[in-house]
Amino acid sequence: MGTQKITLAKGLNMGLRKAMEDDPKVLLMGEDVGKLGGVFRITDGLQKDFGEDRVIDSPLAESGIVGTAIGMALRGYRPVVEIQFDGFVYPAYDQIVCQVAKMHYRSKGRYKIPMVIRIPFGGGIGAVEHHSESPEAQFAHTPGLKVVACSNPIDGYWMIQQAIASDDPVIFLEPKRQYHADKAELDETATPEPLFSSRVVRQGSDVTVLAYGPTVKTALSAAEAAAGEGKSLEVIDLRTLSPLDMAPVLESVRRTGRAVITHEAHVNLGMGSEVAARITEECFYSLEAPVLRVGGFDTPYPASRIEEDYLPDLDRVLDAVDRSLEF
Amino acid sequence: MPVTTAGFGPDLVEVFGPSQRDGGPDLIQLLTPEGERVHHPELDLDFSAEQLRGFYRDMVLTRRIDTEATALQRHGELGIWAQLLGQEAAQIGAGRALKKQDFVFPTYREHGVAYCKGVDPLNLLGLFRGVDHGAWDPNENNFGLYTIVIGAQALHATGYAMGIQRDGDVGTGDPDRDAAVIAHFGDGASSQGDVNEAFIFAASYNAPVVFFCQNNQWAISEPIERQSRIPLYQRALGFGFPGVRVDGNDVLATYAVTQAALQRAREGQGPTFVEAYTYRMGAHTTTDDPTRYRLNDDVEHWKLKDPIARLEVYLRRNGLVDDAFVDELKQEADELGHHLREGCKALPDPKPMDMFDHVYAEETEELRVQREGFASYLETFEGGHH
Ligand SMILES: Cc1ncc(C[n+]2csc(CCOP(=O)(O)OP(=O)(O)O)c2C)c(N)n1
Repeated sequence: MGTQKITLAKGLNMGLRKAMEDDPKVLLMGEDVGKLGGVFRITDGLQKDFGEDRVIDSPLAESGIVGTAIGMALRGYRPVVEIQFDGFVYPAYDQIVCQVAKMHYRSKGRYKIPMVIRIPFGGGIGAVEHHSESPEAQFAHTPGLKVVACSNPIDGYWMIQQAIASDDPVIFLEPKRQYHADKAELDETATPEPLFSSRVVRQGSDVTVLAYGPTVKTALSAAEAAAGEGKSLEVIDLRTLSPLDMAPVLESVRRTGRAVITHEAHVNLGMGSEVAARITEECFYSLEAPVLRVGGFDTPYPASRIEEDYLPDLDRVLDAVDRSLEF
Repeated sequence: MPVTTAGFGPDLVEVFGPSQRDGGPDLIQLLTPEGERVHHPELDLDFSAEQLRGFYRDMVLTRRIDTEATALQRHGELGIWAQLLGQEAAQIGAGRALKKQDFVFPTYREHGVAYCKGVDPLNLLGLFRGVDHGAWDPNENNFGLYTIVIGAQALHATGYAMGIQRDGDVGTGDPDRDAAVIAHFGDGASSQGDVNEAFIFAASYNAPVVFFCQNNQWAISEPIERQSRIPLYQRALGFGFPGVRVDGNDVLATYAVTQAALQRAREGQGPTFVEAYTYRMGAHTTTDDPTRYRLNDDVEHWKLKDPIARLEVYLRRNGLVDDAFVDELKQEADELGHHLREGCKALPDPKPMDMFDHVYAEETEELRVQREGFASYLETFEGGHH
């Protein structure tokens, strides 16, 4: 097996295919995932190769999709469901938060729900409302769920397989604006990082910048730009939001003394709040500045003509970096 | 409360009937409230004396579970109890129609079905006492955990049935292999999106599932008219599968109908909706005060339709039970009552540290840290708390 250049969409598609080949209990279900291959084509070609019983075009009913997937998981299957867009996960919210998340606990471990709920999330694609949301904190706030976000093609390939292999329910967030954006070299023989681990993606010494999903790219561009001004940013891709893998973060912040976290979701009670609190608890004496958050504003996601103003961009990240350095 | 048809013209009275408070003309019945055996052209089964006595015994014991648990709640041993008084026939009829390989997705009130499936009734009390969320192993007797969120389980049942389908365990002709799923819920639940979504999924995939609704006519204080303007069973037609209304106080009819529906499912003929028309003679739960919303007359009326009394009349009239049988059964019920009383009080409280168990199949480092932190916090108290 050689290497090949793939997009995130391709990585996810290849990962899903691999998982289905490896385990006949893996099923895909969702709206338009079959013939069409999903509105983002992530499941492209899978129904053709695995059949309608394993790649299931479902009725348009999100609670139904998640709720029946629970039943299939109880029967020993490993369902992977696709929520077509982030803003449409809410009809299934009860099934996810009250049912999926609690079944293992309520049954004292007798029930396992090894299911993956894939959600294309975030903005930047010029969509109409309800197509650009970042609901991660709502799920990360729910015990019993695990929440991860991939940011690049290689992680997409490995993380989806690892999420499927996990015996716990995983909310799997895919940055939709990255689906077809950049390509990367995939080596299928490599050994992947563990699923629930964050990773330093650029080393630096002045400020630690934390990001996940779509903002990893923003953070990396900010680091690139800052380097031109002689500032050295360390960028960490959190990758896992629940559980959080804080060890690399704390190690980094103890060195740099400064942290900026950026995500597309609203700042108020977002992932950044949790990360900032943990850094403060663990690294209080190493901090040279308060942990700063750069995110979406606390408004509903705006009309797409102004989404560029809503989304944290390179300049807002750099601005926060400067504020941190000025303390 | 008759259905309001004002503004729709008088013809709709015909459609809806003057009132939904009687069973209506379509009610399938094999045993009248007076204990007379009646016949149905398609659904007539020959019940053996043994089977009939078994139904009677099951209903008496189920009622005992209910009255005992209600008493335990009154004595402060249970925080709350969801009573089933009056629904024994609906539950035993359905429960006895199940085969070992059939899987049940219950609400919080399926005590009779649980009993039929071999779950120790003592295990049902933990949830209501607050010592666990359901102590039985769902896979041991194919009886799922109780579901508090109304209607959520209808989808789990449907998905499970889709799993059975994928396992090839329908329509093989092997009576020990072909399996079905039953989802229980109430009339109030029929308003939930999840139940309606379950109907859609079950119909679209022809899933081997039976939707078993106990229409006890009340969802706490809300009458059936608040949920539906048509008899519930007629809804199934709109989803593309059969619906039937059975006298839920008639254990024979409930058994016959459910068995037929389950058999259809096992054979691969898809879902059925069974509306067991019954009445909750007790309160919704022990915290409910039904005198605030329903008429005493109604209760008196339904007492005359008591599912246990009518079978007893039939059995006695036909010499199928005698005093010795009834005495023996009473003794058995007393033993069950004793088992529940003593067992309930002896149910161990969970330990504080238990709350950290089983949140995940693969525990997280974060939770491990919290667990250890709390453990050492507890250590700081004299004598330790765990
Ligand atoms: C989603 C949801 N909403 C509200 C409740 C509170 N609640 C518990 S039982 C009940 C009435 C249910 O009525 P029905 O479905 O007819 O079942 P019954 O208890 O009468 O058998 C309500 C409103 C709940 N448990 N779940």
